[in-house]
Amino acid sequence: MTTLTDPPSESFRLSMLIYDTRYRAITFQIIALICFLLFFGWLISNTAQNLADLGKEPSFGFLMEPAGYDINQRLIDYNNQDSHLRAAFVGLLNTLLVAFLGCVTATVVGVIVGVLRLSNNWLISRLMAVYVEMFRNVPVLMWIVLCMAILIESLPAPRAFRGDDAEASMKLFDTVAITNRGVYIPEPLFSRSLGDIPVGNLFNISIDLIAILIVLAIGFYVSHRIKLKADATQEATGVRPRTWYMRLGVIFVPLAALLVILGFHLGYPELSGFNFSGGTHLRNSLIALWLALSLYTAAFIAENVRAGILAISKGQTEAASALGLRPSITMRLVILPQALRVIIPPLISQYLNLTKNSSLAIAVGYMDITGTLMGITLNQTGRELETVLLGMLIYLAISLAISAVMNFYNSRVKLVER
Amino acid sequence: MSELAMDTPIDRSAMKVSDEVAIEIRNMNKWYGQFHVLRDINLTVNRGERIVIAGPSGSGKSTLIRCINRLEEHQAGQIIVDGTELTSDLKNIDKIRSEVGMCFQHFNLFPHLTILENCTLAPIWVRKVPRKEAEETAMHFLEKVKIPDQALKYPGQLSGGQQQRVAIARSLCMKPRIMLFDEPTSALDPEMIKEVLDTMIELAQEGMTMLCVTHEMGFARQVANRVIFMDQGQIVEQNEPEEFFNNPRSERTKLFLSQILGH
Amino acid sequence: MSDTHAETVSYVRETMLPQQEPPASTVGPLGWAKTNLFSGWFNTVLSVLSGLFILWLAYRLLPWIISPTWQATSLNECREIIGALNKPHGGACWGVISERWKQLMFGFYPPEHYWRPVLSLILLLVALGPLLFRHLVPAKVIYFSMLYPFIAAWLLWGGTIWNPIVAILGFVIIGLSLKFLTSVLNPALALIIGVVLAVIWWVALAGTVAGGLSAVLPIGIEAIASRQFGGFMLSITIGVTAILCSLPIGILLALGRQSDLLLVKAMCVGFIEFIRGVPLITLLFVASVLLNIFLPPGTNFDIILRVIIMVTLFASAYMAEVVRGGLAALPKGQYEGADSLGLDYWQSQRLIIMPQALKISIPGIVSTFIGVFKDTTLVSIISMFDPIGLSNAIRADTAWNGVYWELFIFIGLVFFIFCFSMSRYSMYLERRLQTGHR
Ligand SMILES: Nc1ncnc2c1ncn2[C@@H]1O[C@H](COP(=O)(O)OP(=O)(O)OP(=O)(O)O)[C@@H](O)[C@H]1O
Ligand SMILES: [Mg+2]
Repeated sequence: MTTLTDPPSESFRLSMLIYDTRYRAITFQIIALICFLLFFGWLISNTAQNLADLGKEPSFGFLMEPAGYDINQRLIDYNNQDSHLRAAFVGLLNTLLVAFLGCVTATVVGVIVGVLRLSNNWLISRLMAVYVEMFRNVPVLMWIVLCMAILIESLPAPRAFRGDDAEASMKLFDTVAITNRGVYIPEPLFSRSLGDIPVGNLFNISIDLIAILIVLAIGFYVSHRIKLKADATQEATGVRPRTWYMRLGVIFVPLAALLVILGFHLGYPELSGFNFSGGTHLRNSLIALWLALSLYTAAFIAENVRAGILAISKGQTEAASALGLRPSITMRLVILPQALRVIIPPLISQYLNLTKNSSLAIAVGYMDITGTLMGITLNQTGRELETVLLGMLIYLAISLAISAVMNFYNSRVKLVER
Repeated sequence: MSELAMDTPIDRSAMKVSDEVAIEIRNMNKWYGQFHVLRDINLTVNRGERIVIAGPSGSGKSTLIRCINRLEEHQAGQIIVDGTELTSDLKNIDKIRSEVGMCFQHFNLFPHLTILENCTLAPIWVRKVPRKEAEETAMHFLEKVKIPDQALKYPGQLSGGQQQRVAIARSLCMKPRIMLFDEPTSALDPEMIKEVLDTMIELAQEGMTMLCVTHEMGFARQVANRVIFMDQGQIVEQNEPEEFFNNPRSERTKLFLSQILGH
Repeated sequence: MSDTHAETVSYVRETMLPQQEPPASTVGPLGWAKTNLFSGWFNTVLSVLSGLFILWLAYRLLPWIISPTWQATSLNECREIIGALNKPHGGACWGVISERWKQLMFGFYPPEHYWRPVLSLILLLVALGPLLFRHLVPAKVIYFSMLYPFIAAWLLWGGTIWNPIVAILGFVIIGLSLKFLTSVLNPALALIIGVVLAVIWWVALAGTVAGGLSAVLPIGIEAIASRQFGGFMLSITIGVTAILCSLPIGILLALGRQSDLLLVKAMCVGFIEFIRGVPLITLLFVASVLLNIFLPPGTNFDIILRVIIMVTLFASAYMAEVVRGGLAALPKGQYEGADSLGLDYWQSQRLIIMPQALKISIPGIVSTFIGVFKDTTLVSIISMFDPIGLSNAIRADTAWNGVYWELFIFIGLVFFIFCFSMSRYSMYLERRLQTGHR
């Protein structure tokens, strides 16, 4: 037998930086870091020099200067003497508004279409397939521009509503006016309003709204308690008490009472002169963007919903039926919980896509964060670097917030699985 | 236990053990996080030895032989293969991996390459052998494992036993001096086990140094010159096969053998 | 059939039953309609409603589509023609399409040179042959695929033939140094030296050499400026270039994201998440107003090139995620098999891992491509004339002011044909991969 001598005491050699697994990683990371820093240094020095040549100094001071332009669709008070910062904030709220409206509509339409696509009715499932393929395979920008064109070109002008034998008339018992300048819908008014409270110096929040939300929240909470109680009764006695009227009641009765107390009524749009006044005015740009984004995203959501339901094997349904569960219970307790787990992550990334696509608002002149900060503010102040970087950061923050929700959901679902 | 391999007459005298050391493991320890999988392993394998490693599930058999070609990293002690110590030096690792062949439980053939390409890949890229020569070697070893006619098929088109024999041929194409087997037959149906074991026996008769994790006790009796019993990450007993099976000394071994041979 | 065995317990069949037709109510068109359209009252109502909807649509649409306005040269002329026909719901004005379809396809590219983009598109299909239809195309075509980018660029932009040739020479330099230096040096080092030499060649020498050569031997075709590019040709140029360039970058990013090197991993994750977190339009703003600020003073290159760079970065982040999915789908045994044979990291990636991972990701790659292709329409917002940009221009033209359905139907249809056929192709691949040998 050959005996082995002790290994030679290790001395550090330069080649170990590359060939030794312990140092190799560090070497490469340092090289990568150096390359990265060099690259960024290069970019920054280029930028500094270019800006110096142009006589611009990077600064965000311009945000405080008066913006000087109007924003017609807005959620909070704004006039053209307000600062660029406030204009950007109005834009941000507009982005969030259209993203929220779009996500809700897209989910409703998408779920319906996705379920109908699985229907065993041949005609319906074909129709839905046509819808999905039609919207998925054409750019969303085209849908936005097309919706805008339809609204502007094919709807009657407000003056068509005038006179005794008017060409156009208001819809839904004379409460909604659909014109080529936008849609006028009734606005909620409170005759015994509680007033507003200012949030910082930025905007006012209506106390009425807060009161309504609080009442609703309490209602849902009590309703949930009733459900838990019903669950407990079912577990103890085996019979589930009938609670749906109580659960609806605790939500709607207090709400109705509150509305009466506040003196809730609707303010209807009315034709005055050549235009409508009163009511809430939804601009065409908002409607076109909202419609196009929701219909486009709904096509993708429909596919996710369909895939999610298909992913639950037929065996699950059969096993549940074999146990004697009725279809509605099978759906609620067996299929849906599993399907939702598959559907929700892609659903959230569709929300993310919709939010990012809402930046196409600039194509139809809806003043979102792209249209204000990276549009008019950029052009008026000539601050390309600052505005575009700031805009990107805002979108990044929104995206990260949405992904955080998704990760939270994923981790919770994972825990349940174990 | 399967006695399938027993019907082939075996000439044990041909399997000579030299006194040159092939693998030496000294005071080797390994942890997975907090879990101490291998505890103070000491093992010397001479050239030409056929060693069977047995033991209950989770005892660290796979981990031990995967340490020998550094698929797993050990944290303490030494492993010296063919005079080269396994350290964090990449050159040593590459050298040892090209000297040591390994067969896996699930074959790990490359499904996107034909059988022939599977066999020539490493010689061409690691040993830098010309393609023609590599193909000749590959055909030679494929003939040896008795599937030369499948050379142009893809792994998915072969049976499990055939795939495992290709995996053996693939390792042999690198002309390894040591072969490691990790439960090569446990994913196979009984009739396929025999064809794989026959190949391994043939290899043993040619004097290959082999370390083999297996539950085929027939194979162990017939081919091995040493059986190593592991439990809880330690080598509990090692002996010649006859002694090991007829006169197990430790309680754990007795229990294991009674479970595995008892019915 | 005899019934004689009915009362005895043991039983032997004497005559075999012939196969019989199923009852008529379950087969044939009637049976089909019954199970697929009219099973239960709810389905019946749905079927009737959707049938009515389709009929109504056809009643309104068909007369509108069949409208003899292909010769008209303005919207007013269309209105006259339709007015003369006395149609109840009006008709389409197809004159705008017959007058402008070439512009929608090629932008302002000179008509006598239309063959150039068409030829590049045809050659593109040839070049993609080895990738898409591996069994049908001879393997040698791969060399043509490697030359294709230079050929296409030369065809599209024109100019002297020496430009693409000196550009290719740079890659030849890399290839040669890899070939000859690897025997003496570490391959990574050889690659770095090759790249440095090539960059020196491109930056310092290539321009003068090409200029000199074209002065001596002026071979070339008419140069065409980027601002003349437009329509679907522009979309395809941007989309195809971006997707092809994004593939290698995406692979590197995916590998980086999987790497154990924490710093490299962090950089890759940061890049991917940043790009995926911002809308493409902001990246296009960077291309149009910021890129020149980031680069050394005095650099001012083509807007198409700047857009392609940003779209490439955009696509590579998405590509990285697709490739990562493919990598995750590979069993761990493949890595171990490669390791146990002694292949090093790059060898096992190149020979074992990537061929399989990419094959799994082809459907994802195709859908990324569809997405990028659709997203090229966003360049209209930074005033380039892709189909949407052109449609805005056409609608602003006094002759066609007020036309929109016809234009968007045409544009939408072309996009639909491209994207739908690609998505079908990727579904076909997906099916083939599922049943294929594994
Ligand atoms: N990557 C890992 N991380 C953490 N623990 C591991 C890992 N791989 C294996 N183990 C643990 O190490 C122990 C030994 O594993 P090993 O695979 O070596 O067992 P084995 O003897 O080969 O068992 P079997 O006969 O079932 O293959 C087991 O308890 C296992 O749970
Ligand atoms: Mg094991």
